[in-house]
Amino acid sequence: MLWKNTYNEFIKILAKPRSYIGLAALTLLILIILFAMKADGRMYISFVTASFEQTLSFNGNILNGNLIAFIILQMLIVHIPLLVALVTGDLLSGEAAMGTLRMLLTKPISRSQVVFSKLIAAAVYTFILVIWMGFLALVVGRWVFGTGDLIVLNSDGLVILNYEDILWRYGLAFLVAYLALMTIATLSIAFSAFADNSIGPIVSTMAVIILFTIIGTLDVSVFDHVKPWLFTTHMASWRSFFSDPVPWSAIWDSICILLAHNILFVAVAVFKFKRKDITS
Amino acid sequence: MEQQAIIEVKGLQKSFGSFEAVKNVSFTVNKGDVFGFLGPNGAGKSTTMRCMLSLIKPNAGDIRIFGKNLFEERNAILAKVGSIVEKPDFYKYLSALKNLEIFARVSGAQVSQKEIYETLDFVGLLGREKDKVGGFSHGMRQRLGIAQTLLHQPELIILDEPTTGLDPQGIIEVRDLILRLKNEQNKTVILSSHQLAEIELVANRMVIINKGQTIIEGSVAELMNAQETLLHIELVQNSQGAAALIQEILPQVKVQVSSPKTLELSIEKKHISNLNNKLVQAGFEIVALEPKRKLEDFFIQMTQA
Repeated sequence: MLWKNTYNEFIKILAKPRSYIGLAALTLLILIILFAMKADGRMYISFVTASFEQTLSFNGNILNGNLIAFIILQMLIVHIPLLVALVTGDLLSGEAAMGTLRMLLTKPISRSQVVFSKLIAAAVYTFILVIWMGFLALVVGRWVFGTGDLIVLNSDGLVILNYEDILWRYGLAFLVAYLALMTIATLSIAFSAFADNSIGPIVSTMAVIILFTIIGTLDVSVFDHVKPWLFTTHMASWRSFFSDPVPWSAIWDSICILLAHNILFVAVAVFKFKRKDITS
Repeated sequence: MEQQAIIEVKGLQKSFGSFEAVKNVSFTVNKGDVFGFLGPNGAGKSTTMRCMLSLIKPNAGDIRIFGKNLFEERNAILAKVGSIVEKPDFYKYLSALKNLEIFARVSGAQVSQKEIYETLDFVGLLGREKDKVGGFSHGMRQRLGIAQTLLHQPELIILDEPTTGLDPQGIIEVRDLILRLKNEQNKTVILSSHQLAEIELVANRMVIINKGQTIIEGSVAELMNAQETLLHIELVQNSQGAAALIQEILPQVKVQVSSPKTLELSIEKKHISNLNNKLVQAGFEIVALEPKRKLEDFFIQMTQA
C-alpha cells in the first residue's frame, strides 16, 4: 500500500501547477545569473581578486564553469528552501484543506503509510530540484564558460583547486545540500501534520529558517551553545568540500546533525498525524 | 431467522474540548439494511460517522464492523467499506478517471480499468471521465463520490448526507442510486440525513439521534405506522360539539379543542374513516381532515428544539 500511495503522490505532484513553480523559478534565476556573469562577470571577479593582485598573479580562465557553479550554489541555496517548502508544506495540509485527506483516510491505508508515501514523494521532488540545479549550474555553466581551476574565497583565505580535483567535490557538495533541503522538506511536512490549510506550514517553515539563521549569525555569546545544534548552521556545510584539506570531521558532524533533524521532524509528523482527528 | 449484525455501535462518546459532540450513541445495522441515520443538524451524525470510519477517535464506546473491533482491525474493515463523509472531495486538477484510479489504487482491491468504466456507467458519468473534476457540478461530484465508494465492491456503504446541496433532480438520482445499490447489488447501506421523508423513502431501518444521544431505533415501517396518528380537524363551526360526539364514539381518545373551528386528537389510523363518516352524518361540515404521523411531529419538535 505504501508504494501504491507513493505512486499516487507522484501523480498528484506532477499534475499540480505549483510543483513547476520551483523548477521554473530555479531555471529563470540560474539563467539570469549566467547571463549576468557572461555580460559583466570579469568586473565581478576583478572586484574579488583586486585585494590579492599585489601579491598574486592570476592567469588563465578564472571566470569558468566551475566558479559559476559555485556562485550559483552559494546564491540559490538560501532561496531553494522556499521552493521546497512550497510543495512539501502542502502535502498533508493541502489535502486537509481540499477535503481529499478525509477521502484518503477512509481507505485501508495506515496513517504512517500516508506520511511516508508523501515523504518519499517529497524526497524525490527535492532530489529533482537539486539535480536540475546541478545540471544548470555545472553542465550549462561549463558549456557557456568553459572549464578551469576553481578559486574560492573562504574564511581561511584564497583556495585554488585544480580543475581535475573538482567534480567529486561538487558531487558530494550536492549530496549534502540535498540533505539540508530534505531537512526543510521534513520540517514543512511536520508543520503540515498540524495544519488544515496550505499556507500555514509554508510560512511556518520559512519563519523557522529565518529565526534560526538570525540566531546563527548573531555574534552574541548567549547563543554560542545553541548555534551548533541548529540545522540552519549546517545548511552551508557543502562549502566545506571546497576547502583544502577537506574538513571531513566537521562535515560528518553536520551530516549527523542534519540527519538527526530529519528523523526528529518525521517522527513528529507521524506522531501527530496518527493521533489527529480528521474534522476538515 | 436471526439477522446478521454488520455494524454494532455501543455507548459512543466523543468530545472536542469541553463540547460533547456525541454523548451516548448506540445502534445496530443488519446485513442488507438500508439504514437511516436521522437527526437534526448538530445532532452528532457526522461525528459518529467519522468515528465509524476511524477518522475520529472516540473517547469511549465500542464500534464493531463485520464483527471486528474497528480500531484493532481498521484496514481489514475499511477494505470492505465504501464511504462518503459530508461531501465527496476530489483532486480538482485531475480528471474523473484519474481520481477514481487514485482511490482504486488504495482501496485494498485490484480494480481493473474495465471495472472503473463500468462504475462510471453505473453512476451515469461515462463520457465525462476525461473531464477535470474542477468543472463538475455538485450533483456530478456526488455521483462520482458514489462511484468512488463502489470501485472495490464493498459490502458496506456509508453515505453521510448524500443529497445535501443537490437540486430536486439530483436528489432523485442519488435516491435511485441508493435503491439500486440495495436491489441490484444487495449492499448494506447506511445513510445519514436530517430529513425524515428522505429516510422514509429509501431506508428499512433507522435510528434517530439528537444532541449526541440515541432517541429511538427500529424498523422504519414500524416506527412510522405503529405510532398513533395525530389528526387535525377543521370545521366550518362548532368544534366543541364535534369534540363531544367524538368522545361518545371513542371514549378512550383524548380530544383537544384548539379553536372554535379546529380540534386535534390522537387516533389509530383505522378509525379515521369511520370517524369522518359519523361526523358528516351528524351534520358537521368538515373543511379539512389532516392526519399527521406522530413520529414526524415528534421529529419536527425535536429538530426545532
